[in-house]
Amino acid sequence: MEWANQLCENRQFGSKMTDSKYFTTTKKGEIFELKAELNSDKKEKKKEAVKKVIASMTVGKDVSALFPDVVNCMQTDNLELKKLVYLYLMNYAKSQPDMAIMAVNTFVKDCEDANPLIRALAVRTMGCIRVDKITEYLCEPLRKCLKDEDPYVRKTAAVCVAKLHDINAQLVEDQGFLDTLKDLISDSNPMVVANAVAALSEIAESHPNSNLLDLNPQSINKLLTALNECTEWGQIFILDCLANYTPRDDRESQSICERVTPRLSHANSAVVLSAVKVLMKFMEMLPKDLDYYGTLLKKLAPPLVTLLSAEPELQYVALRNINLIVQKRPEILKHEMKVFFVKYNDPIYVKLEKLDIMIRLASQANIAQVLAELKEYATEVDVDFVRKAVRAIGRCAIKVEQSAERCVSTLLDLIQTKVNYVVQEAIVVIKDIFRKYPNKYESVIATLCENLDSLDEPEARAAMIWIVGEYAERIDNADELLESFLEGFHDESTQVQLQLLTAIVKLFLKKPTETQELVQQVLSLATQDSDNPDLRDRGYIYWRLLSTDPVAAKEVVLAEKPLISEETDLIEPTLLEELICHIGTLASVYHKPPSAFVEGSRGVMHKRLPARTGSGESTESPDVGTAAGGSAPEAAPSIIPSQGDLLGDLLNLDMAPPTTTGPPPPNTGMQMGGMDLLGGGLDSLMGDESEPLGGDIGGSPAMGAGFGAAPAVMPASLNAPVGGGLGDLFDLGGGVGMPMGAYIPPKTVWLPAMKAKGLEISGTFARRAGVIQMELILTNKAMSVMTDFAIQFNRNSFGLAPAGPLQVLTPLGPNQTIEVSLPLSTVGPVMKMDPLNNLQVAVKNNIDVFYFSCQYPISMLFVEDGKMERQVFLATWKDIPNDNESQFQIKDCHLNSDAASSKLQGSNIFTIAKRTVEGQDMLYMSIKLSNGIWVLAELRVQAGNPNYTISLKCRAPEVSQCVFQCYEAVLKN
Amino acid sequence: MIHSLFLINPSGDIFLEKHWKSVVSRSVCDYFLEAKEKALEPEDVPPVIHTPRHYLISIYRDKLFFLSVIQTEVPPLFVIEFLHRVAEMIQDYFGECSETVVKDNMVMVYELLEEMLDNGFPLATESNVLKEMIRPPTILRSVVNTLTGTSNIGDTLPTGQLSTIPWRRAGVKYTNNEAYFDVVEEIDAILDQSGTTVFAEIQGVVGACVKLSGMPDLTLSFMNPRLLDDVSFHPCVRYKRWESERVLSFIPPDGNFTLMTYHVNAQNLVAIPVYVKQSISFFESGSGGRLDVTVGPKQTMGKTVEGVMVTVHLPKTILSVNLTATQGSYTYDNGTKLLVWDIGKLNPQKLPNLRGSLSLQAGAPKPEENPSLNIDLKIQQLAISGLKVNRLDMFGEKYKPFKGVKYITKAGKFQVRT
Repeated sequence: MEWANQLCENRQFGSKMTDSKYFTTTKKGEIFELKAELNSDKKEKKKEAVKKVIASMTVGKDVSALFPDVVNCMQTDNLELKKLVYLYLMNYAKSQPDMAIMAVNTFVKDCEDANPLIRALAVRTMGCIRVDKITEYLCEPLRKCLKDEDPYVRKTAAVCVAKLHDINAQLVEDQGFLDTLKDLISDSNPMVVANAVAALSEIAESHPNSNLLDLNPQSINKLLTALNECTEWGQIFILDCLANYTPRDDRESQSICERVTPRLSHANSAVVLSAVKVLMKFMEMLPKDLDYYGTLLKKLAPPLVTLLSAEPELQYVALRNINLIVQKRPEILKHEMKVFFVKYNDPIYVKLEKLDIMIRLASQANIAQVLAELKEYATEVDVDFVRKAVRAIGRCAIKVEQSAERCVSTLLDLIQTKVNYVVQEAIVVIKDIFRKYPNKYESVIATLCENLDSLDEPEARAAMIWIVGEYAERIDNADELLESFLEGFHDESTQVQLQLLTAIVKLFLKKPTETQELVQQVLSLATQDSDNPDLRDRGYIYWRLLSTDPVAAKEVVLAEKPLISEETDLIEPTLLEELICHIGTLASVYHKPPSAFVEGSRGVMHKRLPARTGSGESTESPDVGTAAGGSAPEAAPSIIPSQGDLLGDLLNLDMAPPTTTGPPPPNTGMQMGGMDLLGGGLDSLMGDESEPLGGDIGGSPAMGAGFGAAPAVMPASLNAPVGGGLGDLFDLGGGVGMPMGAYIPPKTVWLPAMKAKGLEISGTFARRAGVIQMELILTNKAMSVMTDFAIQFNRNSFGLAPAGPLQVLTPLGPNQTIEVSLPLSTVGPVMKMDPLNNLQVAVKNNIDVFYFSCQYPISMLFVEDGKMERQVFLATWKDIPNDNESQFQIKDCHLNSDAASSKLQGSNIFTIAKRTVEGQDMLYMSIKLSNGIWVLAELRVQAGNPNYTISLKCRAPEVSQCVFQCYEAVLKN
Repeated sequence: MIHSLFLINPSGDIFLEKHWKSVVSRSVCDYFLEAKEKALEPEDVPPVIHTPRHYLISIYRDKLFFLSVIQTEVPPLFVIEFLHRVAEMIQDYFGECSETVVKDNMVMVYELLEEMLDNGFPLATESNVLKEMIRPPTILRSVVNTLTGTSNIGDTLPTGQLSTIPWRRAGVKYTNNEAYFDVVEEIDAILDQSGTTVFAEIQGVVGACVKLSGMPDLTLSFMNPRLLDDVSFHPCVRYKRWESERVLSFIPPDGNFTLMTYHVNAQNLVAIPVYVKQSISFFESGSGGRLDVTVGPKQTMGKTVEGVMVTVHLPKTILSVNLTATQGSYTYDNGTKLLVWDIGKLNPQKLPNLRGSLSLQAGAPKPEENPSLNIDLKIQQLAISGLKVNRLDMFGEKYKPFKGVKYITKAGKFQVRT
């Protein structure tokens, strides 16, 4: 009988030799049947049974119950069976850790096998079994395999170190595997080198400050040699690693470029793009007049164009990167406009990216071609694409002045098509064109007005209303038009309501006699009948402005608007530099720095392009507006948002919600006493108490966004009326007086719940009565109770360490929140961080350990006895070499010098003397950090000029940047 | 590195999952399926999707989605290239890449995936190496295996794994030694209404089928290598010799492979082999319209144009078409609004024409968009760029191989606007 069965099975196998037969047993006793087969004496039957198990596993069926039976099949000399069992083990070991231990012996034995394939397989599989107990047994075999005579085993072992590190990083460090791995970079076999580099890169990602990939000219040379001989994937790892190196001078840079250039002709697009990254970065160091520089530029274009003929997914990533490259070096692709022309059957995501690049490459030379294409696209089927094409025409008009006229007429043609969404987009972009070229194209207003009724999208309606309001004097029936909008005021979106309010006020200021009724109507609609605080507040502001001082109102509301910039959509330069260093990565796809989105944001280091050696045009001059955070992807402050309406000019209410930060309280008497001794003219301080309130309305910048995002501060002339109108706002949210005057940034979320299994941590730092405190809010957003909280800091620049345990005494139930204040000391271990004020924190609870990093305002390290004697100050100022002096600008600060000085004193920045020279106040100040470093400052304030200049002198100049950020933060809050 | 792979069919069912690190729940695919729901066509699903914990990088190929899950910063191109490699591997092993084939060979696909990546790092992606480790299925081998109890898995180290020529296995032996090369050129072009070329370029591929014993070292030279200024090579090609002598010198992989792809720039003049005269117009009243398309030969270098096919995406509001073709036949699918006119060989004496009326759905307005025409064509024994192989020399082995070169020109993305 047995024999007959076998024959039957064989026949079945022969006729239908597919794996689908493994799925035929879907009956109830499936697991039971498999169990019997796994324990069969017949090898062949066993193997078939394991195959059935694997087949079930691949489609997601749970076959973990068979664990012991499958593991029993492991002791075999049949390689296929062994591999199958290993596949199973890797999938289920985690759920059955005790059983998995049964497999250890076989692994250890296999690591000694004569066949390198088996040795490698064993070490490879062991690393994939993510069970702590097994990990311990893995160390010895792994150590041997890392030094194995066979390169195949060594290369597999290198990857295994990365796996082990992922499971237990401490163990890997303790066992010295990292050093062995570093040694493998000098291995004779290129494949081993590539894998060692790959493993180290992966490990380095979780250790941003370690010097794992410490590159020097020797190791670079080894990598370049291996680059030519290893597999395509290895080339990617090596190139990405090379990109992190900073050559010593332009000659080294050139020689690396020369050796990397052949990779541009590789068939694998990832190799090509990684090579482009290395070249783009190292090119920065080459002198522009060098012949080689020009050659290199020419060599970069063809491979980029070739990427565009690859599969659409590859094209997409390539296009996102090309977008960066054309912003950094437009000359590379300036003659290749045509390859970006959109094809009918491109996927939509490719179409949109191509369009973006076309606009970036648009110039006077090719604008005719571009416009013809854009017009063609505007008649396509896909609505999103058509809209973007219409917008693109507007952007061309703004970018290439000579083409503006042609663009406008193209837009008018499109408006004639009467296709609803085309008309609406066209009106939105025409509004921008008006702002760029005032008094040039207003003749088309009549045509626009014809389409008033067809506008149903808020953005288009708002744009149209803006146009009517702005050019009210040229439109005879402007009042009628606006009145018609007013009828349905409450059904409009906020955007339209706000715009309508502003437009009618403009109209009133231009034609006061006929429109008094209208303006009354809109003001009462906005202030009395609306629930929207933005609208109400803007209404009140206008109302007061109009009733108290109509002349001022005219000056404010009808002020000359700054011209719109053609560069509105460009990536801000420092961010662009960083992104160029990340070509080919996810960061380059999202156009965001890795720190903005990489898991855990474990203090990813910001990369910078290398500066040209020995040349005047340094790329690293401190960019005041944005140098601080680098995490704010918004446009640089000098750029006017294209959606620029009057609201933006006047006062950005919606950008500045009331925060928990109160207005800076008056200084304590004791400090005041100290001040008077100076005789520096701070007498008026007490009288100025209302001033800080007004200045505070601008809101405080979010800490997380970096101090770079300049908060909108309203013009000084508006302070008084607005202060009254906004009083209620402050009663609601802010107004919590702080016992000490130190600046405390608002709390920001440091650890989102998503990343910490439901635990959300937000917090800030404060200095209260001389004690540094970390103020935390812990929120449990998970379903289970959290207990056993503990906190630890990584070594940091100023030796910050918890001065006591984290006081969370009661368990934290689901949806509960607790506020904790943790006193900090400054006597912990010190290690320089980048940025200097970065702090890496680990928080533990009963569930897991979580890591995050945050930045503290350096002002909390300013100690109370930081006031220097005048004489000492003078001597020290002279003593510090001029090289250590750095100068910054603080923009848009409307405090006078005395108010500034008292504000700063609240944060332990002490004014020592004040001098007035030609209407310019010079304040001399001193600061002492907790580690004894003195910082001396000279703040120059000119009456009527909102931009302060500050010079900082310190023996440790690297703190200057942070100190400057504090100045900015304190003064603007 | 690459964490997991999911294979998903167009209706959104996950039919294979493979994890190279810890297991990631398949619920992660929901983000992808959501994006897929939003997209009009499966081709339009964005290739990189951001979820709170992971990144999903996917390709759409052979009517299947290959979706990979990423947790750390990995070059996306690396992932996409790898996914295409997976698809090619399936195609190579089983003759086609489809859901049925994967399901029928589930265990072998799974074993192959395991060999291709280790902990997310590529291990063996060369088909030559893979085939030494896991032999492709053949009927004969299955029968032999079941009778003798041997397996599909090789138990020696693949020779290519560590040598500096990982693409070639050692000990290759053929009774007939032959090396064939195919020069295939595709014309990508956009022609405007008047027939003027808006944009045209040529994508060329030199494919090879090399079945030579031992370790042959080949040199391929061209009559006019100057045409090739933008090339990418198979890793086997020695770049230095190309730089200095403009010849392709290489030790070939065994079997089929792509030796080189090249790109003839839009700046060079690209010959357009056909012209299209067309008019598609709709009546102002909105009840219908007319279509009239004629195709004729243009710069064909004296060769016959074959396999000509015109595809038109008609506006959504079209209800039916009533056309007559003077040559070939046309089909119209009212679901996809796709009109396909299969012409076949182009006869210069009697130009093929398709004309007739289009009727719109009742009450539908005059369509706003202009439908565009996609052209397919084929020309045998011609590389439209003018590229010609000069000679092929073999060193390192004693025997005389059969050699051959074939040229073919096709339309790539060849589009005519109306």
